[in-house]
Amino acid sequence: MRTKQATSVLGLGAFAGLAMGAMMGMAAPALAQDTIKVGILHSLSGTMAISETTLKDVMLMLIEEQNKKGGVLGKKLEAVVVDPASNWPLFAEKARELLTKDKVAAVFGCWTSVSRKSVLPVFEELNGLLFYPVQYEGEESSRNVFYTGAAPNQQAIPAVDYLMQKEKVQRWVLAGTDYVYPRTTNKILEAYLKGKGVKDEDIKINYTPFGHSDWQSIVADIKKFGSAGKKTAVVSTINGDANVPFYKELGNQGVKAQDIPVVAFSVGEEELAGIDTKPLLGHLAAWNYFQSVENPANAEFIKAWKTFTKNDKRVTNDPMEAHYIGFNMWVKAVEAAGTVAPDAVIDSMVGVSVPNLTGGYSAMLPNHHITKPVLIGEVQENGQFETVSKTPGLVPGDEWSDFLPDSKDLIADWRKPMSCGNFNVKTGKCGGKGT
Amino acid sequence: MRRALRWLLAVCVVAATTSVALAADLRPLVQSLGTGGYAGTEKGLAQLSEAGDPAAVPVIEALQAGDLYVRKADGVVVIARKAGSDYALTDPLGGASLGEAPAGAIEKIKVNNALRRAISASLGALTLMSPDAGIRRSAADAVFKSRDATALDALNTALAKEQDSSVRRAMEQARAAITLTAGASDEDTRVAVATLAGRSDQDALALLSSVASSSSASETAKAAAASAIASVQLKLTLWGVAQNLWYGLSLGSVLLLAAIGLAVTFGVMGVINMAHGEMVMIGAYTTFMVQELFRAHAPGLFDLSILVALPAAFLVSGGVGILIERSVIRWLYGRPLETLLATWGLSLALQQAVRSIFGPSNREVGAPSWMSGAFELGGLTITYGRLWIVVFAFAVFAALLVALKRTWFGLSIRAVTQNRPMANAMGIRTAKVDALTFGLGSGIAGLAGVALSQIDNVSPNLGQGYIIDSFMVVVFGGVGNLWGTLVGALTLGTLNKFLEPYAGAVLGKILVLIFIILFIQRRPRGLFALKGRAVEA
Repeated sequence: MRTKQATSVLGLGAFAGLAMGAMMGMAAPALAQDTIKVGILHSLSGTMAISETTLKDVMLMLIEEQNKKGGVLGKKLEAVVVDPASNWPLFAEKARELLTKDKVAAVFGCWTSVSRKSVLPVFEELNGLLFYPVQYEGEESSRNVFYTGAAPNQQAIPAVDYLMQKEKVQRWVLAGTDYVYPRTTNKILEAYLKGKGVKDEDIKINYTPFGHSDWQSIVADIKKFGSAGKKTAVVSTINGDANVPFYKELGNQGVKAQDIPVVAFSVGEEELAGIDTKPLLGHLAAWNYFQSVENPANAEFIKAWKTFTKNDKRVTNDPMEAHYIGFNMWVKAVEAAGTVAPDAVIDSMVGVSVPNLTGGYSAMLPNHHITKPVLIGEVQENGQFETVSKTPGLVPGDEWSDFLPDSKDLIADWRKPMSCGNFNVKTGKCGGKGT
Repeated sequence: MRRALRWLLAVCVVAATTSVALAADLRPLVQSLGTGGYAGTEKGLAQLSEAGDPAAVPVIEALQAGDLYVRKADGVVVIARKAGSDYALTDPLGGASLGEAPAGAIEKIKVNNALRRAISASLGALTLMSPDAGIRRSAADAVFKSRDATALDALNTALAKEQDSSVRRAMEQARAAITLTAGASDEDTRVAVATLAGRSDQDALALLSSVASSSSASETAKAAAASAIASVQLKLTLWGVAQNLWYGLSLGSVLLLAAIGLAVTFGVMGVINMAHGEMVMIGAYTTFMVQELFRAHAPGLFDLSILVALPAAFLVSGGVGILIERSVIRWLYGRPLETLLATWGLSLALQQAVRSIFGPSNREVGAPSWMSGAFELGGLTITYGRLWIVVFAFAVFAALLVALKRTWFGLSIRAVTQNRPMANAMGIRTAKVDALTFGLGSGIAGLAGVALSQIDNVSPNLGQGYIIDSFMVVVFGGVGNLWGTLVGALTLGTLNKFLEPYAGAVLGKILVLIFIILFIQRRPRGLFALKGRAVEA
């Protein structure tokens, strides 16, 4: 009895397996013709999962919505999700897998600059398309990458301007995590501040390791630096996990925004979700999007996001908006080109303009960066930002900073005939720093 | 006493009559707070505080708390506080009830940093005569900070009547700050310098330096300022050393907490447990779960949630530890390499499990009121959270010491680790003792998780940040010796904090690591080496 039952179960299983195999075998070629594959390259495990998982979800939502509208070029979109596990070399491997094995038409992914640098040669070698949604340090422009996050002149410089003009700040602490983004951003800011007449002794630069958790001495130091009689502000490029203990220590030691404001470039709604924000009231962040921005497109986006995640408490943030813009730009460019072939899409991307979520239009520039408004917001008790300043117009992304000596003469223009990521306007030649 | 009472009564009567008379005049000023955006509010606030009427205090306080709204229907400025799903409206002047309104019918008057500063300054000037000494004191501090010359008259009036000596001192310092900022006669400047010399902090230093370097001050005033600066600087240096010591103790106690569980599993049992950090993480998530229960069922008792989380975290982490020991580690005793790999794999599996269950983002663990904020001790700012963690770390250490040295269970642990066959022959069930010891180490890691949830991220990566530090402490202190762990943790903590101001956090950490490498070269068994046959085994 027992053996008979077992064999029958086995038989059933084998049959089911066969049937599934047959169905898949039949379906697979049909699917390959009917869909356009889109790669999603975000860490779903490891240190960066905290930030990147959300971006994977938002891409799935955008693709689902596009499919409801009938897909692209009459074909449905199919998401291919891979997990590079916060491991930088693995990013390159997974990117290669997406481009060669899955043959995706475009990849949306990466968060840290080091992961972008790791996949860059792969995309250039295999002529793929990467949409990179995070604010970064600039000093780069690749034919195969579209930078939908902010360049330093779309985030850091306007934030410093705001503090200088509105808060009358004269003394600066540039605090950051010790890696390429904060170091380059701080180099640009230092040059900018000195150009504005800020003296050496009024700038203090401080780096901490990734995941730094004991901020007692540094916060005490900031307090000391800030009580020298001149208005002081902290410009924070502290990234990732280290922010929570940093803000907790600020709150505990009573560093109030009205005395020493902290303006952050890597802290958004998502990061604030893990902190009690009452002691942080008034500290600042500079972004190109806040969830609290009121306009119909944003309201619709937030509603769709909450429905998609089936969670009323989920928040939206700036890199999500960047993916929203990037994805819509890609769809528009593909439809204009009439194909997903990389060269045709790259050519039709420049000049594409789509609505952003802050009530305007963002356009793709010849340097593969986009135009965005810059918003400065103050942290509210409910973990949201209240916009206190917004640039009157859109700010075009500047890939080669004008404030660094070895990049101020460089420009990027990927339109033909120039097609160059680092054109030196002094020498009139393509090449120099960068590639 | 009687005189003071009579005086107080007189002030009250005067205040009451003037406020009635002035309430009508304040009305348009209050109304102006609600128009013209930030700039309009700031202008209204300036006029309101210029009027100098204490009746404006509740209005400004409401503005500070974010309770001041504009009623959309008629544009009247009201105080609105949440009452059920609607808001209860009151008149900002006088506090008469104005009924209720839904959230959509009122609009909040927004406040930015510049306004917050202005609010503190004007509240300071307006509450200098408050009957409460604490409020008068913070008012004086606010004036000190704002250095607002318009508050000088109010300050002088208040000073003439002030009885409390500490409040008096704060007011005198505030007056000195205004004098020095606004510029004054030579005599006044010298008095102000003398007053500020008593306040040995950075603020005083900044003011005194401005006198020493100003061109208008006389030579005598400059000399007085210079000598005051020297004495303030000396005091600040001394306090700086005390501050580093305290921070070192605090960092050391965090290291101790993280490492002490490892001192049991690695130190006493010899298991290289790479999943130790995940036990800490599980403890932190248990705290989160307990707090969620409190938030849902007993929000009034939230302050006690940490106390309930302690045994819960100990049991959960300890339980997981026993499970790991029974299912994985017991098959690997005596094979350190395989143990290392297996526990490392376990740590990844546990991280991903937590990530799948709770999501990758940080979870908010609140601080009970008795663990938030800070107090000043001379020139030191000591935060309550850190203070309690120091106390807690030492309590855990003491409890573990007692458990190992004074209980039957501790005796069995020591017997088994020192000579397993002999302990077995004496009738101790070594397998059970192994499981319980590992459970004890893991449970203590869970306790550490409760404490660390107060100062760090509660995310799946929480444990990773502590695993290297923990091993460093245990190896440095001497494997198998609890006292070594204590001394090791405190030494490394203090060393780190003394290096940090000079070398920066990154280089400081590297220097500490180099120090440990050199130290281990000299003393391979750490600070407190175990002696005897157990070591050779």
